[in-house]
Amino acid sequence: MQRLFARYPALRAWLLLLPAATWLFIFFIAPLFIVLVYSFLERGTYGGVVWQFSLENFRRTFDSLYFSTFLRSFYIAAVTTFICLLLGFPLAYYISTRPPQRRSTLILALMIPFWTNFLIRTYAWLTLLRTNTGLINVSLMSLGIIDKPLPLFGNDFAIILGLVYGWLPDMVLPIYATLERLDTSLLEAASDLYASSSKVFRRVIWPLSLPGVVAGSMLVFIPSLGAFVTPAILGGGKSLMIGNIISNQFLAAHDWPFGSALSFVMMAVMLLATLIYFRSTTSEERMQP
Amino acid sequence: MSSESITQQVPSMSRRSRWARVKKSMGEFSLSLYGWGGYFFLYLPIVILVIFSFNDSRSTAQWSGFTFDWYGEMIHDSQIILSLWNSLFVAVISTIISVVIGTLAAMAMERHVFRGKLLMDAVLYLPIIIPDIAMAIMLLIFFDISGIGFEPWKVSLFGIRLAVPYSVIISHVAFNISFVAIVVRARLAQMDRTLEEAAQDLYADTWQTFWKVTLPMMMPGIMGGALLAFTLSLDDFVITFFTSGAGFNTLPVRVFSMIKKGVTPKINAVSSLMLVFSLALIGISLLLRKGGDEEPTIGIGL
Amino acid sequence: MKYKLTILFSALVVLGLVLTACGPKPEPAPAPAPEETEAPAATEAPVAEAVEPAKEIVFFNWSEYIDPEIYTLFEDETGIKVVEDNFSSNEEMLAKLQGGATGYALIVPSDYTVSIMKDEGMLAKLDHANIPNLGNLAEQFQNVPYDPGNEYCVPYQWGTTGIGYLDSEVDEPTSWAVFFDPDPTAPYYGRMTMLDDAREAFAAALVYLGYDINTTDEAQLEEAKELLIKAKAALAGYDSDIFEDLIASGENLMAHGWNGDFLVAQEENENVAYTIPQEGGVVWVDNVCIPISATPEQKAAGEMFIDFLLRPDIGAMLSDYNWYATPNAAAEANLDEEFLNDPAVYPPAEVLAKLQYIEPVGEAEAIYQRLWDEVKSAPTP
Repeated sequence: MQRLFARYPALRAWLLLLPAATWLFIFFIAPLFIVLVYSFLERGTYGGVVWQFSLENFRRTFDSLYFSTFLRSFYIAAVTTFICLLLGFPLAYYISTRPPQRRSTLILALMIPFWTNFLIRTYAWLTLLRTNTGLINVSLMSLGIIDKPLPLFGNDFAIILGLVYGWLPDMVLPIYATLERLDTSLLEAASDLYASSSKVFRRVIWPLSLPGVVAGSMLVFIPSLGAFVTPAILGGGKSLMIGNIISNQFLAAHDWPFGSALSFVMMAVMLLATLIYFRSTTSEERMQP
Repeated sequence: MSSESITQQVPSMSRRSRWARVKKSMGEFSLSLYGWGGYFFLYLPIVILVIFSFNDSRSTAQWSGFTFDWYGEMIHDSQIILSLWNSLFVAVISTIISVVIGTLAAMAMERHVFRGKLLMDAVLYLPIIIPDIAMAIMLLIFFDISGIGFEPWKVSLFGIRLAVPYSVIISHVAFNISFVAIVVRARLAQMDRTLEEAAQDLYADTWQTFWKVTLPMMMPGIMGGALLAFTLSLDDFVITFFTSGAGFNTLPVRVFSMIKKGVTPKINAVSSLMLVFSLALIGISLLLRKGGDEEPTIGIGL
Repeated sequence: MKYKLTILFSALVVLGLVLTACGPKPEPAPAPAPEETEAPAATEAPVAEAVEPAKEIVFFNWSEYIDPEIYTLFEDETGIKVVEDNFSSNEEMLAKLQGGATGYALIVPSDYTVSIMKDEGMLAKLDHANIPNLGNLAEQFQNVPYDPGNEYCVPYQWGTTGIGYLDSEVDEPTSWAVFFDPDPTAPYYGRMTMLDDAREAFAAALVYLGYDINTTDEAQLEEAKELLIKAKAALAGYDSDIFEDLIASGENLMAHGWNGDFLVAQEENENVAYTIPQEGGVVWVDNVCIPISATPEQKAAGEMFIDFLLRPDIGAMLSDYNWYATPNAAAEANLDEEFLNDPAVYPPAEVLAKLQYIEPVGEAEAIYQRLWDEVKSAPTP
């Protein structure tokens, strides 16, 4: 195999990539060109497009209203990712240190809640969080712990809670995938070498799990940035996220070209950020050991 | 499995005793507490959801009394049952396809350096980054103008006839490949290459190395990716709605359409039923395992 | 080898991309031009007699809007099976059709969406010869402003937008001032919702200001925007989906919303009430139409179904199921006296006179949406 690698490295890579590349170029990149083309056109008054070249849509994306919404979404997504990491890492570590049979059960048990319906799950949170009649506030008040309802609903807290809940498995799965069967002899050697367990974590576990952490953060950050149902239901719709603005262009304002332009700008920014993030973290990881 | 003997090379006595001690330590206790807490958080709204499937009113938020009526209604609603089958079918098929394609892509991306890698990196990330609604509309237009259309794949499963548009499966695979590839890549990045090289020296066959060493070692990543893909596919609304043509509904499409006129506890009943079914599957597999020997598995689960 | 392969592959990809990039250009915008619409509709009419109706049609409808029993009755009578697809907003349905989805024989757009779809050439002309029950419609529904003479559509159900409230907790709101001049000491302060919909929210503010709800005057819209931002302080949130549940459960005490939703919520809590403030409100009509993309067979079957819906007994079944008022005058004989006299369903004439239709505003749609984004992202005062 080494010889094969040496002689035709790119051939092997492209052969492995062939199915993915074919599928994605035909069924993703080609359709994506429709969005790109649309973003340079003028809107049809009630949806669709008029075949007239225009840069207006891109100019409009730099509107301060949309920019501040983007920043806000960025902040919400970043907090969500951070909390998911705080909750997800120990959970993944917990699962990966169970006996092998328990592990697979625990991983499945992690996903099963998400096989119910998204909307119904969100409504269930609503039942818990509602300000005046939510289960949490009602029980806390009847126990006399609080005398005024806590603001659990219709604010950023509720949005972030909903997003963390929805995307926690996306953080746990990749981290678990890297931690699973983390060479225990390595941990052994490490704990012999370093005195404190925090050092073991910092020097051994964390660097090894880094690819999982990076992947997980991406899988949480990106979808939370574009979320629009959770902010509408749990956030009470009193503030906007970039996902709401984009989906509103298609599903309320009949402005497909502007929706396309916004999508494109967001994708470009995020893609750049992702590639840089990935490059920097993976190279850092390679230097670690 | 042969890979097991390779990975668990030196199980020393000292390690075992130390491991036992660590288990008893406070760290382990708080970790367990944390684990249980995590699952409590994940299942908290699910318990509420199940409770409301017995609600004696149309509301999914206001408790009025106990009833089994919604289960009765659900069983008699052939549209809901059909949409549930559609959802499962699309999720299973698109997961299988995207796991194979995504895993191969992950191997190429993590194990090779080649020209155009940056481009493929971008192509693999984009389906995750793109807003759902933009992807849905562009695919709808694409299927229309390319002539692929919304032709259904007609299958008969356990006497239920399904007509699933290829366009829906194609679209689900298109967004799932990336999720699988990213999770599998994370696993590959952490994997020890020396094992494969050692195996190579022993077996000298590329295929054998792949089947006996690389694949088993990738398994946690593959299973993670598969579970993620299955879950995303099962819960997708926007892309399915727009790419399905006429007359095809999955459960999320049905439920989201109810949002304006009110989602009824019938949906809670369907969800609860699925929940019971999946938990029963876990239970059965646990029972079966108990009967078998304690050979450590790769963590691929069921 | 490596380079060749890479180059070949890139060339293929580039070629593919160029082809696909050019692909859409020769195509017209997804909606065909209006003149194309007239032609098939006109030529179709005479042939319609000869067309064999489709054996199975797909009905694109709001969810929970029709008694499924109606499908069974129709199939028993005609042998035509009706499959239902659902949508949750006019825009969602419109976008799906504009994107090129076909196969629907029947759709249910609201009044302003009918105007839009008519203008965009997306609706087929109805053949009145196939719909003899058209005469069952009440007179005002035979001549709705967005489609005089029922050329393209037949009214399905109608309703109003006003204020729902919990009458055990608060007094009946008589003015939109409860939203736009909120009293911080009132029990409903902070326990109200408004519809999460640009046109509906602006309609409420514009009615309160005494302006036309379809105004395109930017100064008036700006004024309405300020009012909506001011109202935010008293709102628990914006909601178009579960506002009635939130009232029924006692979470909120007042909500801007559609009458039928509150009537359904009365089943859970008898204290839920509905009123239209003195300034007026919005009236809307949902309609059954046939998209231009329907085949002649689908269209023939679709017209049979429209005719079926217009029968007095079936019209009554619709209202019995979804609690909205029927445009079908003949169906009223089959409906409860109590239902027909409920002012929340059938507003008295003097209230009806103060209601307005939301109409499409063309280019100004973008202004509404933009101002609405400003309202929603404004910090709560």
